[in-house]
Amino acid sequence: MLAALTAAGIVAAAHLWQTTVPGDLRLPHLQASREFPARDLHRAESFEAFVRVTFLLSQAALVAVLAVYARRGTAFMRESAAGPIGTGFLLGMLGLALVWLARLPFGLVDLWWARRHDVVHVGYVEWFVDDFFGLGGKFLYLCLALLIVMGLARLVRQAWWIPAAAAFVGLLTLFTFTGPYLVPDLHAPKARELRAEAARLARREGVAGVPLRIEDVHDWTDQPNAYAFGLGPSRRVVLWDTIARFPRREVRVVMAHEYGHIAHHHIAKGIGWFGLVVLPAALLVAIATRRRGGLGEPAAVPLALFVVVILQLATGPLQAAATRRYEAEADWSALRTARDPVAMRALFRHFTARALADPDPPGWFHVLFDDHPTGLQRIAMADAFARAQR
Amino acid sequence: MAGTDAAEQPPRAAVTIVNRDDLQRSRWTVGFRLILAIPLLLWFVVWTIAAVLLAPVLWIATLVQGRPPAGLRDFYAAYVRFSVHLYAYMSLAANPYPGFLGAASSYPVDVVLPEQPAEQGRWGIAFRLLLALPPLLLAEALAGGGGGGGGAAGSDDWSVAANGPGVLTTVAVLAWFAILARGRMPSGFEALQTYALGYAAQAYAYLFLLTDRYPDSHPTAAAPQRALAPHPIALTLSDDPRRNRLTVAFRLLLALPHIVWITLWAIVAAIVAIVTWFAALITGRPPAALHAFLARFVRYSVHLGAFIYVAGGPFPGFLGEPGYPVDVEIGPPAEQSRWVTAFRLILAIPALVVGSAIGGAALLAAVGAWFAALFTGRVPLGVRALIAYSLRYSAQTSGYLLLLTERYPYSAPGPVDREPAPEPAPEPPTPEAPLTGPGVA
Repeated sequence: MLAALTAAGIVAAAHLWQTTVPGDLRLPHLQASREFPARDLHRAESFEAFVRVTFLLSQAALVAVLAVYARRGTAFMRESAAGPIGTGFLLGMLGLALVWLARLPFGLVDLWWARRHDVVHVGYVEWFVDDFFGLGGKFLYLCLALLIVMGLARLVRQAWWIPAAAAFVGLLTLFTFTGPYLVPDLHAPKARELRAEAARLARREGVAGVPLRIEDVHDWTDQPNAYAFGLGPSRRVVLWDTIARFPRREVRVVMAHEYGHIAHHHIAKGIGWFGLVVLPAALLVAIATRRRGGLGEPAAVPLALFVVVILQLATGPLQAAATRRYEAEADWSALRTARDPVAMRALFRHFTARALADPDPPGWFHVLFDDHPTGLQRIAMADAFARAQR
Repeated sequence: MAGTDAAEQPPRAAVTIVNRDDLQRSRWTVGFRLILAIPLLLWFVVWTIAAVLLAPVLWIATLVQGRPPAGLRDFYAAYVRFSVHLYAYMSLAANPYPGFLGAASSYPVDVVLPEQPAEQGRWGIAFRLLLALPPLLLAEALAGGGGGGGGAAGSDDWSVAANGPGVLTTVAVLAWFAILARGRMPSGFEALQTYALGYAAQAYAYLFLLTDRYPDSHPTAAAPQRALAPHPIALTLSDDPRRNRLTVAFRLLLALPHIVWITLWAIVAAIVAIVTWFAALITGRPPAALHAFLARFVRYSVHLGAFIYVAGGPFPGFLGEPGYPVDVEIGPPAEQSRWVTAFRLILAIPALVVGSAIGGAALLAAVGAWFAALFTGRVPLGVRALIAYSLRYSAQTSGYLLLLTERYPYSAPGPVDREPAPEPAPEPPTPEAPLTGPGVA
């Protein structure tokens, strides 16, 4: 059965890996120093270099804290008067609380750095309060996950990982579908031209009827961003108001990119990837926690947290690679729809100047952690498209 | 029982309250009580201005000498005493018209202050205003509108933070109606008011350097301990006051799954309560299964309240099973008057009002308990007792509303109605049973 599942997983992964970006597309080799003004490039590089260091330290703190917690966390069982599942909740939440505490200094340093570079405007207290209460949301998700796995582990014992993986895929699908209805303060663009342009692009991408929404974020950041989310009738394309103020042609490319995600079913495919990863991951957690009586026992929860984080780190490069491919496909789709490689070029130059995104980060970091092509790669794709059109 | 409330009765406070009141009230003086109090209030304002003006002198003199000068001490002692007499009169905790001089033993509800000014620590004197802030806030929540010496030095800013109607005022309004109807003060109300006045007297005596003993909110600290009337819903306390700092720091967030769960449970409980109401109205007693379900809900809400308010240490279970360190014992279903059942919702309103006022004070106490437990790793016993009392009253009110009992909630403070039933002793092994363990072959 395991072999059949593995074979099915490989076939599904191969299918999900495919994109419509021409396989023979050759990207020209570009030099960042020639494409970007030296000042912008230097600012972006120095900004991201610092962020990379704090990110790596923060990841190290995450692993270290959870490694210690996996060994010692069971001591907190005496702080519970609840049954096994309730005690599991407590141990899980305390694990996240410790991680939050350990990563707090890095978050504060990052905020200081971002404020220093005028990337965000949020104050320290506001950030702390938001982050603290955000932790509450994570607690709730974790408890829901623990309720599922511990409940199933107590019910079906060894084989809990099969129904649990199915349940997680179901939940992710549900949250993906309902997410757009739960995000507050999304509104239709006031500019009629922008609405008409969005409708036009959606039609060209074959996803007519998917609405465009604006999210007001200028109070706390200058960073430009856009995203697509939802499933079926809940699908939306969202522009941050910070990007909606970009030059018209660049906004058009951004919208085409996001509609490209929807047209190529990237959100559904993301759920597919999650399904492919979660099944073996749940199996590995089940194997790892056997010595502590299985995940039906609260004593196994700290160890399970550690294993999950290690698995996330281990599979991160694969997930990042898949996401990069989808982003490249959305870029390609945007080029074909908007037919404006000059605007795309300008857009990513703009990103470097405004968002301080390093257009050419170190290769190892890009492979391990980046979920978007580099700015330089995206400009190269625009150039490749332009060349193909000639 | 180590760590239980019974084993760690707090010492009696340096400032105590004496209550010789016989609960009898004159309807005439009660009816016009506020108008009759106007001369006393005018005098109180004058006295308060003098107290405010002299406060810096008192502070500097005490800082220099290490104890308050005798003359100033007598002045402030009389001021605190008069405040208690006045507030007792206005809140109907006592019947006779008080004198204007705050003389000792001159009123049925009186404060006993330390006889001789004792040597006090200089650091404590220097930072007295700051140190007195938490108890003054709690005094405001308990004695409402100023408590004993409410208009005292610099108290205006603090009163804003905790300036609800307060327990004393809330109870006084309800007592006014009760006395006009019956000519007698309900004993539970009177005990609650004595407690509130006692705590406020402690707080203001501490502020005015009459004592360096920190105010203690334990119901038995300042007021005489009285046996509580038996009630089918009784609180048990077997909590170890030591706390894990990590679970204290994240307490509110750790409670989130419980808050989601109790919200869902409350919806079902409301539906079950309606069904129970019809059943009790028809048969004269709530059906056992529904009673058990609602009793679990009430017990669970006590466990969760205790956990959130730091009165309970461990993370509670989700099913409301007995055994949590702050727990309630709920009696079995019994016959209930159909009239009382029919009008239960209306009859519960005064209890809900009182419960809300006590809950306000308990919330403030919980904030104090959170900080104390975070820094010291222990919850102060007095604060825990106040929260436990609030939880008990709240459970009795919920029990009354949800038809678990027809006994009205009893508002007299008292942290523990009874100790938890002892665990049944393990049965001795039978001769046939194999013995195992170290030293046994």
